[in-house]
Amino acid sequence: MAAPYDLNDDSVVVIIGSGAGGGTLGSALAQQGVDVVILEAGKRVEYDDFINDEWGSFGQLAWLDNRTTSGNWRVSQDFANLPAWIVKAVGGTTTHWAGASLRFQEHELKALTNYGPVEGANLLDWPLTLADLEPYYAKAEDNMGVTRTNGIPGLPASNNFKIFEAGAKALGYKDVHTGRMAINSEARDERSACQQTGFCFQGCKWGAKWSTLYVDIPKGEATGKLEVRSQSHVLKIEHNDAGKVTGVVYADKDGNQQVQKARIVCVAGNSFESPRMLLNSASAKFPDGLANSSGQVGKNYMRHMTGSVYAVFDKPVHFYRGTTMAGIIQDESRHDPSRGFVGGYELETLALGLPFMAAFLNPGGWGRSFTSALDGYDRMAGMWIVGEDMPQEKNAVTLHPDAKDQYGMPVPNVHFDDHPNDVAMRNHAYSQGMALYDAVGATQTYPTPPYPSTHNLGTNRMSEKPQDGVVNKWGQTHDIANLFVSDGSQFTTGAAENPTLTIVALALRQADHIASQMSKGEL
Amino acid sequence: MTTVYEQRTGLTRREMLKRSGAAGATAMLVISGSAVIAANRAWGLEVTALKPETMATLIQMARDIYPHDHVPDKFYAIAMKGYDSEMAAKDAAKKDMIEAAIADLDARAGAGGYLGLGWEEDRIAVLKQIEGTDFFKMVRGGLVTGLYNQKELWPLFGYEGESFSKGGYIDRGFNDIEWL
Repeated sequence: MAAPYDLNDDSVVVIIGSGAGGGTLGSALAQQGVDVVILEAGKRVEYDDFINDEWGSFGQLAWLDNRTTSGNWRVSQDFANLPAWIVKAVGGTTTHWAGASLRFQEHELKALTNYGPVEGANLLDWPLTLADLEPYYAKAEDNMGVTRTNGIPGLPASNNFKIFEAGAKALGYKDVHTGRMAINSEARDERSACQQTGFCFQGCKWGAKWSTLYVDIPKGEATGKLEVRSQSHVLKIEHNDAGKVTGVVYADKDGNQQVQKARIVCVAGNSFESPRMLLNSASAKFPDGLANSSGQVGKNYMRHMTGSVYAVFDKPVHFYRGTTMAGIIQDESRHDPSRGFVGGYELETLALGLPFMAAFLNPGGWGRSFTSALDGYDRMAGMWIVGEDMPQEKNAVTLHPDAKDQYGMPVPNVHFDDHPNDVAMRNHAYSQGMALYDAVGATQTYPTPPYPSTHNLGTNRMSEKPQDGVVNKWGQTHDIANLFVSDGSQFTTGAAENPTLTIVALALRQADHIASQMSKGEL
Repeated sequence: MTTVYEQRTGLTRREMLKRSGAAGATAMLVISGSAVIAANRAWGLEVTALKPETMATLIQMARDIYPHDHVPDKFYAIAMKGYDSEMAAKDAAKKDMIEAAIADLDARAGAGGYLGLGWEEDRIAVLKQIEGTDFFKMVRGGLVTGLYNQKELWPLFGYEGESFSKGGYIDRGFNDIEWL
């Protein structure tokens, strides 16, 4: 039975957000006997209500509240008010994500040490090591049911993967397989196996893909120690004269403001909303926003170096059939500056439906070169590129000086300029991707620009020293002991890997830390 | 009320062409009263606010922006009908804006107007001149969903759409590639 908690109950841990970070943390704390209230801005949409329709699902799940953009990234030109494609619903972006679950590599956690200073980049080493994360990666992989771990077989090869694999072998790549995916290749944890439906991004109607919505949150609720309060949009975090946080102000489903008292507050609203809440909570005591003595709140926004390569063949592929992203090449994920850039990238199979292919293949494009690509839709194969981008202080989430949201709070502006290292890496990946498909007989290839960001990282980064970042190695803010950050915004650097597994591992680690500190009376 | 309907019976092609003006040099679209009718009588679209010639030009413009030679005009007409029913019919200022934009397009095209240009490349040259205008951006941007999100269009591209109700593709060809 899900516990309801009183607004004035100041013994609860309040978590803002119910995705990979917040949903995992809330459930893990509740299972350790801690009283938890998760405040989620979106509605609760259960998995049988998901829609196998790209635009229909986008309307159902996407975060569509106004945001503005600036910088030289093409997203700012093509999708000026949609810098990110993330979710506003219980389960957060774990409803939408593709499922790729990769551990970071040891060298990536020490990016400054291993890459050396990079001009224009604000590189820093993480204040933790792979050894610190490994037990939690193992726990996360088991919890999420990641294929190729815990004896779980890989997903079967789809048409899109078979082309990708043939091209990879032709290029001499060795580390090629159907991925480490948090998608059931066989029934597990009372959830069905993947039925190759092809709508992973629209929420898995089988529940085969891991999501906090139907995995962690129900387990937490079953303890009687977790309340998930949906349609509760947090506006501000309050604090007392001693500088400890005391609760949060949120707008309920009717738009009325409520205050939920708290013993501890954990922010997990993704890398735009988390810094935005800290900045919007500025007070006389903390005029630059909460936990911002370093001035780093909102800074160092990373989105991964991304892009796609699509290719058209002379024979049918039907790449939209099957798991959206079950295929990976890891050979390029190494750090090898001889390629002309630091860090590495992954190549992962990807398919879009016709409506989203029309929207994302070449935004703003028109005429026959554009339509000729779509005419080959059923003969098309595709991959996504995801690589480490450079943290830059100027890439930042800031409060818009004029524009306000429906609750009167300043909307976030997201500024992003590509770093020369990002551009060099993207060009390398485009060449490799196009060569891969050419090797299988592609008649056309299309290097496709980045979509609105799904991997939003770094805007409350983790640092050893308080002057370099916002949180310590536990995600605890340097400035305020009972204020934590629990999402991807705490990433010090982005690494080449899809971030969700690391967000979950950090949340599980943070849960153990918070529970132990609470039991010792230190929090 | 703007409607797109199948033209099942009625005028013969010859009668229709005799009674009405062919809308363009290629005569794919015909104007009859307040309707734009496909020359092969497969469908017609009745307009209430815009001039039917304007709607015919919008439809041609839509095809020139996203030309798919295997896609019938009907889909472009469906994508554009809202400029009449949702915009011009409800807002006089928008009606004037659309009419003025099409008049501008015709003026740039010369004596026969936009529809008088027989080759796509000549029409594209005119569209290139207005590519930066709000009107062009609105039409192009609207087509991304207005055209490509029509479910009836998807089979023409080999896209099968919703698959959950059919049990996904696990037994329906997710791994059926044979030519590799």
